[in-house]
Parts: sequence; structure tokens; C-alpha cells
Amino acid sequence: MVRLTTPLKDTDIEALHAGDAVLLSGVVYTARDAAHARLTELLRQGSPLPIDLTGQVIYYVGPTPTKPGQIIGSAGPTTSGRVDSYTPELLAQGLKGMIGKGLRNQTVRDALMVHKAVYLAATGGAAAMLAKRIVSCEIIAYEDLGCEAIRRLEVKDLPLIVINDCYGRDFYLESRQRWDKTEQEG
Amino acid sequence: MKNINASNITKSVKAACIEACLFLPDDVLDSLKGARLREESPAGLDVLDQLVENAQIARNEQVPICQDTGLVLVFVELGQDAHVIDGSLYDAINEGIRQGYEEGYLRKSIVRHPLDRVNTQDNTPAVIYTEIVPGDRLKLTIAPKGGGSENMSVARVFPPAVGAEGIKRFVLETVRNAGPNPCPPIIVGVGIGGTLDKAAVLSKKAILRRVGEPGANPTDAKLEADLLQAVNDTGVGPSGYGGRVTALAVHVESYPCHIASLPVAITIQCHAARHKEIDL
Repeated sequence: MVRLTTPLKDTDIEALHAGDAVLLSGVVYTARDAAHARLTELLRQGSPLPIDLTGQVIYYVGPTPTKPGQIIGSAGPTTSGRVDSYTPELLAQGLKGMIGKGLRNQTVRDALMVHKAVYLAATGGAAAMLAKRIVSCEIIAYEDLGCEAIRRLEVKDLPLIVINDCYGRDFYLESRQRWDKTEQEG
Repeated sequence: MKNINASNITKSVKAACIEACLFLPDDVLDSLKGARLREESPAGLDVLDQLVENAQIARNEQVPICQDTGLVLVFVELGQDAHVIDGSLYDAINEGIRQGYEEGYLRKSIVRHPLDRVNTQDNTPAVIYTEIVPGDRLKLTIAPKGGGSENMSVARVFPPAVGAEGIKRFVLETVRNAGPNPCPPIIVGVGIGGTLDKAAVLSKKAILRRVGEPGANPTDAKLEADLLQAVNDTGVGPSGYGGRVTALAVHVESYPCHIASLPVAITIQCHAARHKEIDL
């Protein structure tokens, strides 16, 4: 088990390998499809972003509304592949980590090697459990997007798995190859 | 003729939406616990443990199992001797969803048009299928369906010659392509026969069955057993981390079809297989 605290440095990233179990603590920012579209639009216009992404981690999540007395509603990962087209531009801004679930495309996997960053997965559907590892939550941009607004979360020991490391390895593909009993059909 | 008041329908639908999103059905929870005994991959076992823990936390704290509280699918069985009074049936259902999603702190995930993507802010409208049946009952099955698993669902009309082997290839291709995306372990609903649309509705009905209960038709039940084995042999495993449990169950529903066609639809359901029945 690797304990990591944000913001992440190159040396943190270099020490991570596909399949490693990680407990992440510190600040992470939430963003889904709509927030990604706005962030990359700002970059294309040459405008400043509402957050400095240097060394930061983005969590792909759109939580349920917060009940009175809660810090945040249920907050599990959404499918990462939907933001693949935006991701390389954010990595170029210094983004070091992303938390989601599901496959990334080759362009993202290559960009992780170029920019020395990592893609981590949280357990899809474990949203009530994951919410308990979130110790603070504050909306910092795009409040009009509702559950898709950018939130600044502070997490404590968020349980994650390294899927794509900065060496080009992919835990999903390696796991499939190891556990597949069927004959792959062409 | 029995009169059923629209306000009772609204009240029941509201409660059912909240309960469905907070409480994982016992059959699904038991199936996840059973999967722990079969899973050989350490990473897969960790995931199954987390999912069981998650269901317990959601129940104890009365919070949604998953942040994606879904699009509400509603299967209506309306007795031909039942009469809905003081309002329209569909309006009553949508009002129940509106109230349930607001008061239950559930996420609103519906946009008013597939292209302009403006959120309706109340999780309506539902997708409703209605059957008229004998008797004077009104039965509603409320199933909030998550988007991540729905995005991995497919339908296609094959020539009859592909047979059971062709269906199997289609299911395996679909499960492999989906990989980790639909939050395995999944429940695979397979609709065969009818038309393209009928097969799709059958595949939705299939995911509502009690997990692992064999189909009523022996041919379908045999296909289910074959498919479950094949799907689990893919090694996708819990969360796609590799392992023996990719699916908790494969359910097949069939219907007669045209001599020229073999329609097949596959609905992928994540492990948050939420549904709640209402009898009025």
C-alpha cells in the first residue's frame, strides 16, 4: 500500500506502477464532462483557468446532493473515457493525476508518459464508502453546472488503484491477459 | 372496476425511488457475498469487499449506493379492470419521481434533449413501458438505471443462422469491449426475438429478475448458464481488475420472431441493480 499526499511531484509519479494500491490524501478537484469542456475552452482562448493545475489531481465525479449534516453526498467515480479528448491539454498544464473508472485511450496513455502523470481508479459504485473519505467540500467554479460544478475536496486515505502509470503500463490490460480463460477470437 | 387515485401512485413512486437508490436489494447483496467465495483475484476480492461495505454504509446512513441515481425506468402492469382517477397515470409517476429525487437528495441526471443537454432539474421524465393485463391491480416496477452501464449496452438484428453460438459471440464481444467501464460485476440482460425494439425491452426486463433465478423457458435457462460461464471466463473481474467474477448473472428473455430475423439486445446492468415493486 502506497500513501500519497497531493500535490504530486515527479518523484511521487515515478514511484507508482500499474496495479499498486494507493491511499490518497490531500486536496483533489472534481470535474466531469461539462467542466472539462469549459476548462479546455478557456485554454484555447488563452484565458486563465479558475484553478492552478500544477501538481494537482482531478476526480471525475458528480456527487448526489448533500443532505443536511453531510460533508458531501455519495461520490463515486464516473467513466473516465468520456473526457479523454480533453485530458492531454490539462496534463500539459501540469495536472499530475486523475481519478475515475474505466479505460483511457492511447492518446491519454501516451500523454501520461510525456507529462509524467498517473491515472488512478476508485471502485465504481462504491459511492457511499468513498464519500466517507472526503473530509471537506467546497464549490469553487461553475456552480451553475450543479453536480458537474468544480469542487475542491480534501480527502483522507481515499482507496485507489494505479491503472496507467508513467511507464506506459495498463493494469486493466495486464489483468485481462492474466485472468482470461477463453480463446480470444479474431 | 377498481379506482386507484393518482395521488397514491405519486406517493408510492416517490417512496420507491428513494428506497431503490438507498437500499441494495437483498438478492444482489447476497450475490455479491457469494461472489466473494468464488473470486480468486486479490484485487477483485478487495472490490467485492468494498461493494458489500458500501451497501451497508448506504443502508445505515440512508445515502445513495451510487452517485449515479439513474434514469428511472418504469414497467407498468395495469389491470384492465383498474381505473386511475384524479389525474393521469404518467403524470402521477413523473410527479413521484420529481418529489422523490428532490426530497431524497438524489442526483438529477436527465437532460431535456440529447443534443442541447439542458438538465430538467427534477430527473423526469421516466422511460415508461405499459402492459395491460387481466385483473384490477396496478403493478409498477421502478428501476433507476445508471448511465455508465447503459452506455455499454447494444442491440442488433442477426440472421437466424448465427444461432446460440452467434448470440454468445455477441455477448462476449460486448462484455470484453465494456471491460471495466460498466462497474463489474455486472448483470447481463439478454433479449432475443421479437423486433429490434422488443428485444431491447426484453433485455431490460431481464435485468429486473431476481439475481441468478433461471429463465422460465428451458432453452433460455440453458443459454443463461452457458453465457454466464463464458462471460466469467473472460477474466474481466470486479472493477476490471481481473478475476473470476465478471457477472453475477446472465438473464435471458425470449419472444417469437420473424422467420428471417434473430434480434438480440444486451442490457448491461452494474452491480447497483436497483429496483422496487409497487402493488396498488
